[in-house]
Amino acid sequence: MTATDIHPTIEAVWKIESPKVIAGLTRMVRDVGLAEDLAQDALVVALEQWPNSGVPDNPGAWLMAIAKRRAIDLFRRNQLLIRKHEEVSRDLEAKQMAVPDFDAGIEDNLGDDLLSLMFISCHPVLSTDARVALTLRLLGGLTTDEIARAFLASEPAIAQRIVRAKRTLADAQVPFEVPRGAELAARLSSVLEVIYLIFNEGYSATAGEDWIRPGLCEEALRLGRVLAELAPLEPEVHGLAALMEIQASRMKARVGTSGEPILLFDQDRAKWDQLLITRGLAALERAERLSVARGSYTLQAAIAACHARARTGDQTDWSRIVTLYDELAELVPSPVVHLNRAVAVGMASGPAAGFELTERLTSEASLRNYHLLPSVRGDLLTKLGRLAEARAEFERAASLTRNTRERELLLTRAERLHSSH
Amino acid sequence: MRVMVIVKGDKNSEAGILPKKELFAEMGKFNEQLAKAGVMLAGEGLQPSSKGKRVKFSGTTRTVIDGPFTESKELIAGFWLWQVRSMEEAVEWLKRAPFDGGTEIEIRQVFEAEDFGAEFTPELKEQEERIRQQIEKQKAS
Repeated sequence: MTATDIHPTIEAVWKIESPKVIAGLTRMVRDVGLAEDLAQDALVVALEQWPNSGVPDNPGAWLMAIAKRRAIDLFRRNQLLIRKHEEVSRDLEAKQMAVPDFDAGIEDNLGDDLLSLMFISCHPVLSTDARVALTLRLLGGLTTDEIARAFLASEPAIAQRIVRAKRTLADAQVPFEVPRGAELAARLSSVLEVIYLIFNEGYSATAGEDWIRPGLCEEALRLGRVLAELAPLEPEVHGLAALMEIQASRMKARVGTSGEPILLFDQDRAKWDQLLITRGLAALERAERLSVARGSYTLQAAIAACHARARTGDQTDWSRIVTLYDELAELVPSPVVHLNRAVAVGMASGPAAGFELTERLTSEASLRNYHLLPSVRGDLLTKLGRLAEARAEFERAASLTRNTRERELLLTRAERLHSSH
Repeated sequence: MRVMVIVKGDKNSEAGILPKKELFAEMGKFNEQLAKAGVMLAGEGLQPSSKGKRVKFSGTTRTVIDGPFTESKELIAGFWLWQVRSMEEAVEWLKRAPFDGGTEIEIRQVFEAEDFGAEFTPELKEQEERIRQQIEKQKAS
C-alpha cells in the first residue's frame, strides 16, 4: 500500500478509535483539552509511521500507548519545573501535577468513559454552539474543517469555538464523570438536545440552498445509537433514537428530483426506508417499556410512528396523534407544540377546528417570525376555500423562511392559488 | 453510507453445521462491538441452500429449481448491513471479525439516494463552498 492509499485508512481508524482514546486519556489526565491534544499527537505519529509500517493489529491500543507516553513525559517535565520553582504551592503540586494512574484498565471503564465524554462535551457551562462543535469533534472524530463545512462556518471560527470550549471546561473544573441522582436528568437532556440539534441541522437545513445536509443526520443517528447502547436504561435515550430513525426513514421521499422539498402527505410512502422504520418502532417500544410516563422525545417518536405505520395518508390515526400532542403540550407547553396540535386537530376534526386553534397563536410573540405558523394557516385556509387569505399567508411564510428551497415551495403554493382564484 | 457485508458459504454452512462454541462467543462479542459503535443496522445468518429455491426466468416461463446448489463459494451463508462513514471504515471493522481458515468476506456498498450519503458529490461540495463564501461575505459586511 502506498502512502497516499493509507491516509483514508488512517482517517477511518481515527474515527473509530479517537473517542475511546480521548475518553480514556481524559479519565487519566482529568482535562479533556489536554487529552485531545495528546490524542492528536499520537495521530501525528501514526501519520508518520503507518505509511511505512502499516496499520498495527490493534490500532486503538497503539494510539493510546503513544498518547500515554507523551502524557507521562509532560507530567514529568511539569514536576521538574515545580521542583525548580519551590514557591509554587504544594497544594497545587499535589492536586494538579501528580502523575495520574496510567495503568488503570481501559476496557473496563470504556463505556463509562465514553458516556462521561458525551456528558462533558454537552456540559451546560458551554454555549449550545460550543456543545455541538465539541461533540462532533470529540465523539464524531470530525476535523474542524468537516464541522465548518457542515455548519457553513469558517474553519478558524470553529477552531476558535473548540479552543474556547476546552478552556471553559478547564476553568470551570468540570469533573469527568457520569452525573448521578438529580443531576443526571438535566445533564442527560442536554446530551439529547445536542444530538437532536445536530440531526435537525442536517434534516431541515435552516439556512442555505440545501434542504438536507445528510452527513449531519447520519452522525446524529450514529451518536443516538451509541448512546442507546451506553445508557440502555434511560427511556428518553431510546425515545430520541426512535424519533431520529423514523424521521430519517423519510429522507429519500422528502426531496424531489430537483432538490425541492416534498411534504409528508405528498411523499411516495414506498420510498420510506422500512429498515429504519422497524428500528425506530423497536426503539420506541423499548422506551415505552422502560417508563409509563412518556418523555418529550418518546412522545414525538410515538407521533412519528403514527405516520410510519399508516400505509397511505388517509389511514393516519389522527385522533391518536391529537391525544399524543395533548400529552406533549402538557409536558412542553410551547407554542410550536400547540401549532402542531392544531394541524392534527385540523385533520381529525376538520380545517375549521384547526384554524380556530391557530387564531390564538397569532398573538404569540415567539411565533411572530416563525414561518410555519402562516404556512399552516395558509394550508387550513385553502381547505376552507378562503383562497385570497391563504395566499397572503403563504407569501408571509415565504418571506420568513431562511431556506431557499422552502421559500420556493411556499411561493409556488401562493402562486397556484393566484391562478386558480 | 451503508454496506452489505457478505459471508460466503462453505462445506460446513452447506451441511448445516453451526460454528464451534468459541467462535460463536467471539462473534457475539464482535457483534456487540459493532452495535456499541452504532455500526450494525441488521444481520442474519442463512440456512443451507438445500432448503432454498431458485426461480429461473426465460421469456414467460418460470422454472423453479430446488436446492441444494453446487458451487458453495457462490452461495451466501449470511450478511450484515452496516452504517459506516467510508469504505475504509468498513474494512477496518471487518478486519476485527473473528474469521479464520481462508474465509473470504465481501463488502459491497449499498445504492442510496445520492443526497443521503456520508460522501458529498463534487457538485454539492462546490455548492457548499459557494454558500460558505456568501455567508462569510455577509458576516464581513
